[in-house]
Amino acid sequence: MSVRSKVIEAIQQIAREQHVALPALSDDLSLHETGFDSLAFAILVARLEDETGVDPFTISEDAAFPATVGDFVRAYENVPA
Amino acid sequence: MSPRETFALRDNLGAELKGRTLSDAHDVVSLTDILSQTVLGGRLRELSGRAVLLKVSDQLRSGIAMIELDGIAHRMLLCPPDLNPAYLDALIADAGIDAVVTDEPDRWAETGVPLVVTARLPLQTTVPAQTERATEWLMLTSGTSGVPKIAGHTLEALTGAIVAEGPARGPAPVWATFYDIRRYGGLQIFLRAILSGGSMVLSDPHEALADHVTRLNARGVSHISGTPSHWRKLLMSGSAAQFAPAYVRLSGEIADQAVLDGLKAAFPDSSVGHAYASTEAGVGFAVNDGLEGFPADYLGNRNGVEMKVVDGSLRIRSTRTAHAYIGRNATALTDDDGFVDSGDIVELRGDRYYFVGRRGGIINIGGLKVHPEEIEAVINRHSDVRMSRAKSRKSPITGGIVVADVILADGTDPARAQEIRDQILDQCRAQLASHKVPAVIRFVETLDVTPAGKLARTDA
Repeated sequence: MSVRSKVIEAIQQIAREQHVALPALSDDLSLHETGFDSLAFAILVARLEDETGVDPFTISEDAAFPATVGDFVRAYENVPA
Repeated sequence: MSPRETFALRDNLGAELKGRTLSDAHDVVSLTDILSQTVLGGRLRELSGRAVLLKVSDQLRSGIAMIELDGIAHRMLLCPPDLNPAYLDALIADAGIDAVVTDEPDRWAETGVPLVVTARLPLQTTVPAQTERATEWLMLTSGTSGVPKIAGHTLEALTGAIVAEGPARGPAPVWATFYDIRRYGGLQIFLRAILSGGSMVLSDPHEALADHVTRLNARGVSHISGTPSHWRKLLMSGSAAQFAPAYVRLSGEIADQAVLDGLKAAFPDSSVGHAYASTEAGVGFAVNDGLEGFPADYLGNRNGVEMKVVDGSLRIRSTRTAHAYIGRNATALTDDDGFVDSGDIVELRGDRYYFVGRRGGIINIGGLKVHPEEIEAVINRHSDVRMSRAKSRKSPITGGIVVADVILADGTDPARAQEIRDQILDQCRAQLASHKVPAVIRFVETLDVTPAGKLARTDA
């Protein structure tokens, strides 16, 4: 499974669990518009770390938190394997 | 004021009660004629009035030494087996120790402790001793780090709850515990066995659980106590099926409904009760209605134990509490009114109080305080879960999130893991605030339990 589909699947799974009505996920959708609160993002990052072995937001001290779904996916795609 | 008669353990060990034994995995000692036997090589006289460190490898010799020393020594400090040797010097200084009873006399030759007495089996014949004084019992608290505190007790305080309950009906019980008798919970059971006219079967940390249960059965154990973690381990082991004690007791950790129900199902003919006690607060109460928590009307004064809740924490005043911390930097053990603050946080729901966790065990989730025990209690309610542990994990988003390690009950089909995970999460979402719902659930084979029988919470 590609990194992108892993990320998208995890977002959809957490949305189901948290009863968040997710809009269609496009790269330029702002993370704010996903309806996720900070707890939902915290869960997402923890689960993806367990699945992929990386947490791109802790690795780098100065990594800015992404603004859009596309930025978020790329943060995982750009981590060296 | 007329002098009171000094009560000592030996007063409960007359030769008229036949067939009483104290045993471990290797030896069986008769309690019936224990007063004319010695584990101290007949050197008890030398320990009269001394402050004695009881540092013996095994519980059997320790227990017999306690029987001999009580009423003779000025005080005795009980050392549990996992005591970090690095703390011994501080404890010796704090308790004013001037004698040691040990099975490793060579180790004590150069230590400066003036009197070293060897504890040894087999027992030797001796002349029964006469009680001289009320010996002070010093016990170590099972705190998480640093030098443990020394809590001072009298035998009267230690046995207050046992005497209050009165003698058990029916045949003398055969007691056992998963605890070590040099800790408060285990000592309570040792004292119960002695005061009840019964026998006791000691645990052995190196023995497999199945072998331990075989031994409990062979010795006819009727009454047995342990922590909820001990009991969950037994339920998971598959060894419970061969065992049918009359009385099952839990203490030392929160007994949640799942473990109470699990024990009731495993031992349908047993009484299952949980007790609240700590080294400092003594025995507070026992709950025998099969439900977690305790009735709200236990607060106030009940059977000589006064309880109140201050800032969510249970406070206890009774003649069963320790009387002081002992040592150079000892702090006050009670508040100004004589209440011990247990640090155990309770919550009133309906007409019952429920334990939610330790004040010192709070984990911080995004700035919100969470008791891991409260989350575990909800997870444990799932019928396929045997044991769980909640903890915090760092998060770059919120600072911290809750994660849970879960042990599934024996024989759970691994293919159902995802389904069970979803059910646990549904259960948590229905019963817990959203920040307390585990973000990640991991299924594990084992969870660490401390030597004191409590779920290890190193990161709490």
